[in-house]
This record gives sequence, structure tokens and C-alpha cells, in this order.
Amino acid sequence: VTTLVVAEHKGNKLGADTLSAINAAKSLGGDISILLAGEGVQPAAQHASTVPGISKVLTADDAVLAKGTAESLAALLVAVQNRRSYTHIAAPSSSFGRNLLPRAAAQLDVQPASDVTEVIDADTFVRPIYAGNAVQTIRFPAEGPRLFTVRTSAFPAEPAEASASAEIEAVTQEELAAAKEMDTGSEWVGQDVSTSERPELGSAKVVISGGRALKSAENFQMLYDLADQLGGAVGASRAAVDAGFCPNDMQVGQTGKVVAPDLYIAVGVSGAIQHLAGMKDSKCIVAINTDPDCPIFQVADYGLVMDLFEAIPSLGKEIQKHAK
Amino acid sequence: MPTPIAVKRVIDYNARVRVKADKSGVETANVKMSMNPFCEIAVEEALRLKGKKLAEEVVAVSLGPKACQDQIRTAMAMGADRGIHVLTDTELQPLAVAKLLAKIAERETPDMFLLGKQAIDDDCNQTGQMLAALLSWPQATFASKVEMEAGNKRAVVTREVDGGLETLRLRLPAVVTTDLRLNEPRYATLPNIMKAKKKPIDQLTPEELGVDVAPRLQTVKVEEPPKRKGGIIVKSVEELVDKLRNEAKVL
Repeated sequence: VTTLVVAEHKGNKLGADTLSAINAAKSLGGDISILLAGEGVQPAAQHASTVPGISKVLTADDAVLAKGTAESLAALLVAVQNRRSYTHIAAPSSSFGRNLLPRAAAQLDVQPASDVTEVIDADTFVRPIYAGNAVQTIRFPAEGPRLFTVRTSAFPAEPAEASASAEIEAVTQEELAAAKEMDTGSEWVGQDVSTSERPELGSAKVVISGGRALKSAENFQMLYDLADQLGGAVGASRAAVDAGFCPNDMQVGQTGKVVAPDLYIAVGVSGAIQHLAGMKDSKCIVAINTDPDCPIFQVADYGLVMDLFEAIPSLGKEIQKHAK
Repeated sequence: MPTPIAVKRVIDYNARVRVKADKSGVETANVKMSMNPFCEIAVEEALRLKGKKLAEEVVAVSLGPKACQDQIRTAMAMGADRGIHVLTDTELQPLAVAKLLAKIAERETPDMFLLGKQAIDDDCNQTGQMLAALLSWPQATFASKVEMEAGNKRAVVTREVDGGLETLRLRLPAVVTTDLRLNEPRYATLPNIMKAKKKPIDQLTPEELGVDVAPRLQTVKVEEPPKRKGGIIVKSVEELVDKLRNEAKVL
């Protein structure tokens, strides 16, 4: 077993999603390499080389790869695979990984597995289907590389402390040329990224989510305040996003982010199947809702039937009281 | 140039999913089936392009058993001009679907192939990316906004990515997959449902298209997810905080 993990890097470090994907790769056993592509990736490569369990960090450093378009990254990944023949290629099931991996897989004529939550053996993987209402065990054919994306909430992110030193090696000119000479037809125009001091939704220990019952964007401030008090992140139901209370990237659910924090507090969220798909693996679920019959109470460890506009401020006060 | 869209027949998003007793899959007999919600958004977007004279014709494509014709009819009732049905009873995995759609793209030579970002049954989120790869076309996945540049040679697509939005300019032809926020699909009116019955559906088979559709991944079993233990209803905020501190130990 030799595994290549396609890395996502932010601010000169590997992203938490990639660290989870590395952990999934570890459960396969065997040798693990990391592919870091972009422009100016050396600092991130240094960080990657200190992650325990990695034997090699492959870097592809070129302006063409700076914006990470799927077309050039997939061309690079295919060239790397054709030269180095890994048995497994993994990527985090982030918007980055989901955009890239299937493109490369089709070029390699492989049917990949999405959103893997468990590794049974080198050929057998578990993944959720039907919004998490069923769990499918699938087996790859004996021949050919196995490509998969990793549900990051199902695997812990690696500890941050440095303990190892993997070799850093640049990909060959031929491999890099595959990406550089690719006529992508795609041009990166710009981005609009929400900036926040709060922890990332996907890796936060505490997540507080608001639904339609919050009634306005202004009222979400209550949730931000409580999240800051607990060092957590804020999520939302689709209804809250559609109503314009918060940006799309805060949506938790089948089609948004999947989270599994230690504590998930659902505030004014009814608990539609599609929302539950994104949070029902949380360790402890709290639901605050005025309607005792709403489905969220069926998955909540602790339910509080109460008006959220009364409950949230007093919850903040009560937690503060104990903190003193 | 036509704009083909791919539509998938799936268990209705509101229906309760039951795993079969023999663990071979999910019960689909006597369960309400519908068009995948993301595919509806793709149909709507294609129709809006046509409405702005940016697409000549909207072609709905579906692959699978005979009953998939219902979803093609639904797309035509929304306004698609004609349908293509690739008839097969084999379980189609995304790679096979992408190969079939690539063959259809060669026949139809569209400027844009629109698909939903994922089907709500297999939750794969792969087909559009694989189709773009097979055609060597650029791709814009998870689109929340699609605009055409003057001259109709390029599309500017805003994508929903982790952390926010990203905008790409794609040379056409291209593959675009739709996110929830792209649009609000229209309802088919009764006269349009009647009209849709007269619209043509071409029927093809994977053999005619020369594609081997045999599944690559073998389903070993399908099971119920672990059930959560029933929780309790607390009476006050004080009790909740006490339980979180002393029982769940998460505060």
C-alpha cells in the first residue's frame, strides 16, 4: 500500500481537512506521501514534513498552480500517478477535494469513492448515502488505483506538534509540464471569502447553529456572542441561509458542511433530514425550540422547549456564572 | 447550439428511506420518486439561458430504467424542448454516467452541459467533474451564478466554496454543476404538462453508444446508520448547563 494525499494548504500550513485525510490514509497502513501544489509552497511543505507518519512531501511549485483550478491540478495529479503508481489517492472531501478528485479519477478511468467515513481494508470502504440515512460498504476492484475523498469530520486532525521530518522532493519537470502545458480554458477571476476570527466550522469543538426562527441577520449576533464565549463556530440551516440571515458557507447539512463537534447547539432549527445529515454524528446535541414535536428533539441529547430569544441570553449568563 | 442537462430519478427528498432486510440496498418499490432537486435547478438554469437567447435548445437527458422517462417528461413540462433517454437496467455509477453523457455531448455539440452538483441518493458529487474530464472541457462546480460574456464564448461562474465564493471565467463549451442557491426552479403548469407529452424523446442504449456501464465499485452491503440514544427534555437553562457540565462534560 502506497498512498498519496492531495493536500490543501492555507497560510503556509496544511489545512485541518488535509490532516484528517492523512489520518484516514494512516488507517490503510503503508507508505504515505503528500502532494502540495501551488505557488510558493515551500513553507507549507516544511509544515507537512513535520506531520507524523509522512514519508515524503512532493511539491509542485508554479504560478500556473497558484489558484488551484481543477483542470491544471487534475493534469498534475494524473502525471504524478502515471509516474509513481500509488495504490491509493486520497483527498479531503472539502470543496477543493470534491472539485478535483473526480476529474483526475475519470482521466485515470477509475470510479472513486466519495466522503469515506471508515476504512475497512485496503479495498473496502464505508460511506454514507441518502443524506446519511443509510451506510454503504463498497469494494474497489482488485486492479487499479483506489481514489477516494475523506469525510473530514469522521477522522481526527493530526496533532499539531512536530515530531517527524519527511523528505521534501519537487515533482519532475515532466510532471509539472503536464499542468503547465494544459490548455485549461479556465481562468480564476476572484474570490469573496468570509473572514472570521472564530474557529473553522468543520473543525470547531463547539458549533451553534441557527434556523429560520432567528428571524433576522441581526438576531444571529446572539449566536456569535455565545459562540465566542464558548470558543465555537456558528452554523446555519438552509432556511436561515435562504432567508439571507447568514452566508452560504455557514450551511450545515447534506449539501453544506458536515460537522461532528463535541457539542452542537441547534437553535430554532426544526431538524429536516437534510440538516440532520450534516450534524447527527456530533457527540452531544442540544436543541432549543418552542415546538416540542419538531424532529430535532429526536436526535438531541438535551432538549429545551423554550423561546430562543429568552433561552440564548440566559444560557450565556448561566455559562458565564460557572466560568467565574 | 443546444444546452443539454442531465436529470436523475431519485427517491423524493421528503420520503423516508428504508434499508432492505437483506442489506442489498435501499427499498425503492412503492416509494415516491422525483427529479433530483439539484437537477431541477440545472433545468431551470438552462431554461433561463434559453429565455435570454443564450441557448438555442434545451435537451433533457436521463439514464436508467424505463421509468426515467417520467423525469424527462417533467423537465419537458418545465420547458425543455426534447429528451434523450439512455435505457438500461444496470446500476449506473458516476463514471459510466459521465461516459454516456460524453457520447451524447459528441452528438449534440452543446455549448454547456448543466448537471446538479450531486444526486441526493448516492451523494457522490462526481458526475459533472468526470464528464468535464472525459471531454477535456473546463468545469465550474457548485455554481451559484452563471453569466455569459458578450459574444457567448465564455461563461463567468460564481462557485460556492468552503469559506465563501469564487469566480471563474470558462471558455465554452464547459460543464457547470448547480448548487442550491443558483435559482428557484419553476413549477410546470398543466398546459405545459400536456404539451410535454407531445415532445420527442430519443431512446438509446449504452451498447449503441459503445459504453461499458458495468459497475466498478461493488456494493458489499447497505445498512441502517447507528441510532442515537434517546435524549431528555430539560426544564430550564440552569438544568441544561448543569447537564452539559456534569453529565455530558462538554462545557
